[in-house]
Amino acid sequence: MNAPLKTPVEIDPRFLPNQAMIKGDGKPVVFLHGAFGQEWSPPLDTLAERRRVIAPSNVGAFDLDELVHMDGLLDLLVYYDDLFNGLGLERFDLVGHSFGGMVAAEYAAMFNRRVERLVLIDSLGLWRDDQPVADYNYIPAERQPALIYHDLQNPGVRALMASQPTDTAEIIGIALDRMTALGSTNHFLWPIPDRGLHKRLRRIDAPTLIVWGAQDRIVPADYAQDFASQIAGSKVVVIDGAGHAPQIEQPEKVSAALVDFLS
Amino acid sequence: MKTIFFHMQGYRDLPDDFADKYESVWITPPNDELCDSNKVAKYLRWNIEELELADKLGFDGLGLNEHHQNGYGFPVSPNLIASILARRESDAAIVVLGNTLPLYNPPIRVAEEFALLDCLSGGRLVAGFPVGSPMDTVGCYGLVPTEVRPRYFEAHDLITQAWTRPGPFPFNGRFTKLRYVNPWPKPIQKPHPPVWLAGGGSVETWKFATDNNYTYSYLSFQGYKAAKNLMQGYWDQVEKAGLDHNPYRAGFAQAVVVGETDADAEKLYLKHIQNFYAKSLHIPMHFGAVPGLMSRKSVEYNLSKGAGGGAFGKTGSENPYTTTWQQFTEQRRQVIGGSPDTVVAQIEEAVRSLHVGHLMVILQLQSMDRELTEYNTRLFAEKVLPRIRHLWDREGYVDHWWPQGATRNARTASPALETAQ
Repeated sequence: MNAPLKTPVEIDPRFLPNQAMIKGDGKPVVFLHGAFGQEWSPPLDTLAERRRVIAPSNVGAFDLDELVHMDGLLDLLVYYDDLFNGLGLERFDLVGHSFGGMVAAEYAAMFNRRVERLVLIDSLGLWRDDQPVADYNYIPAERQPALIYHDLQNPGVRALMASQPTDTAEIIGIALDRMTALGSTNHFLWPIPDRGLHKRLRRIDAPTLIVWGAQDRIVPADYAQDFASQIAGSKVVVIDGAGHAPQIEQPEKVSAALVDFLS
Repeated sequence: MKTIFFHMQGYRDLPDDFADKYESVWITPPNDELCDSNKVAKYLRWNIEELELADKLGFDGLGLNEHHQNGYGFPVSPNLIASILARRESDAAIVVLGNTLPLYNPPIRVAEEFALLDCLSGGRLVAGFPVGSPMDTVGCYGLVPTEVRPRYFEAHDLITQAWTRPGPFPFNGRFTKLRYVNPWPKPIQKPHPPVWLAGGGSVETWKFATDNNYTYSYLSFQGYKAAKNLMQGYWDQVEKAGLDHNPYRAGFAQAVVVGETDADAEKLYLKHIQNFYAKSLHIPMHFGAVPGLMSRKSVEYNLSKGAGGGAFGKTGSENPYTTTWQQFTEQRRQVIGGSPDTVVAQIEEAVRSLHVGHLMVILQLQSMDRELTEYNTRLFAEKVLPRIRHLWDREGYVDHWWPQGATRNARTASPALETAQ
């Protein structure tokens, strides 16, 4: 994995520049990160071999005070639309994971002329009383990995864990970053991650691929069908041996699905 | 000094294996398994009787607070209980500490109900404006963590404007939009009842207190030694703001148990102290530290001070059931307990060291029944209260944050007038 340096993108003076990670050349693909913060996973490297991959950070991810300007999804979608304009994008492919999946789906429903192809990976945004989305905030931090990942011995997961620092100041810095990033996604999800997306999914025109970890313990795989049934012509790929982050646990399978669908 | 009889209003009968069996005393302890409505009926009567007894015994004030979905204390609407006290003929203050502002929608409800209580009590109300515990706000009431403080500040502005500006006027807030703000009645106290803030040591709250000349009370169960650093942070802020060093700018909550002798006190109360720390404070760290709730600055400050738990954090991982009387009362000073002499000496030390003028004593702890609570309260009122009342008098400090109608033990700045009484 070879995460690119961050490229600050100006939005408007109320916000810090977005710390987008950008790599590659070609037709743009935007990847919106999940509930736990910005990431660069192996499938993005694969995509960057032939595409310009842009992975922005969420609003407020580095300064929660920015969120005083965010009174719900409308403000959030305008923020991302301003960001995409700032990146010089016209029509583009949009990939969203978890929280980013919800944002991507909302964006593709609202600005439905702008998204060429849409990929939703273990997306938040819908709610079933019979299979509630798990609460990943109210558990001890040390138990979060077991909720997010299917298998803690998975090489992708182990590589991620092994890359954590051991220096105290760095650990505190990373903990603060993580709390701030999670705070910024909680802003749009707490206490139940349903802001009425089901009313808007029908507006999505883009060809849509729905990718799901078969063993997702946060958003169970049955949600994939709920998305699919409301997005016309969408296709579902369920990936075995993966939890809420298949791009980490099964990077080859996710890369293959993305390359296949987006080319 | 002003001494307030503060009632937690908790559930007195939690099972002995509570902390092993359940993850938390707050938010998720299953109500059908643990909360018997018929027992609550009994406790509620006891709570009110205990508050009324404290009124009769001469405490300067009676204290109530607001919490939700827990066994630690579930005074879900302090205003309901306060209205019972407000109706009594009395000259004691009613300290509602307070209404958790972000939980009232629209918050004009607080302006109305506090004004009603102030009228009903003849101007004896202290209007407490806490932000609320993380468990109450984001856990039980589902508030978005990043919106708790913005909602708090906006509610504060609405309520104080409603009390001080002629109505009707429009209020266009981010969360509350009211075309006609015009509450009936306004409070008896002018410009409004004294406002007290309460918290577990958040930097933002101290600043807010000094910006508005409000008092700040630190509510913790870790005792005055552990509180010293945090209270010093507040006093530093007071100094930075150029305000005077008046101890009535500050309050502190303290669990106190009194016996005839130190040995009697240990015999009577140790079990209940252990129960309180084992059960009532059984709250996992992640319930208090939801991402988004605290500013990055506050999280950093707390990490650097090693005080991540705030008001509800535990000190260490010791089992309260094997913690001894000496550890509770002497080594950690979490609880002030012993003979009247011991208690007086320790209270004086605590009050002087933290420089506080409002002492909220907690005399009913978790499993203490009606009889033992009365015993503790009477002994405190008869043998301790008269000996701590004079604290801060010699220095000439005046409590500008005491309700105008609460005239019990009133002391003015003029010694001449005092002699005349």
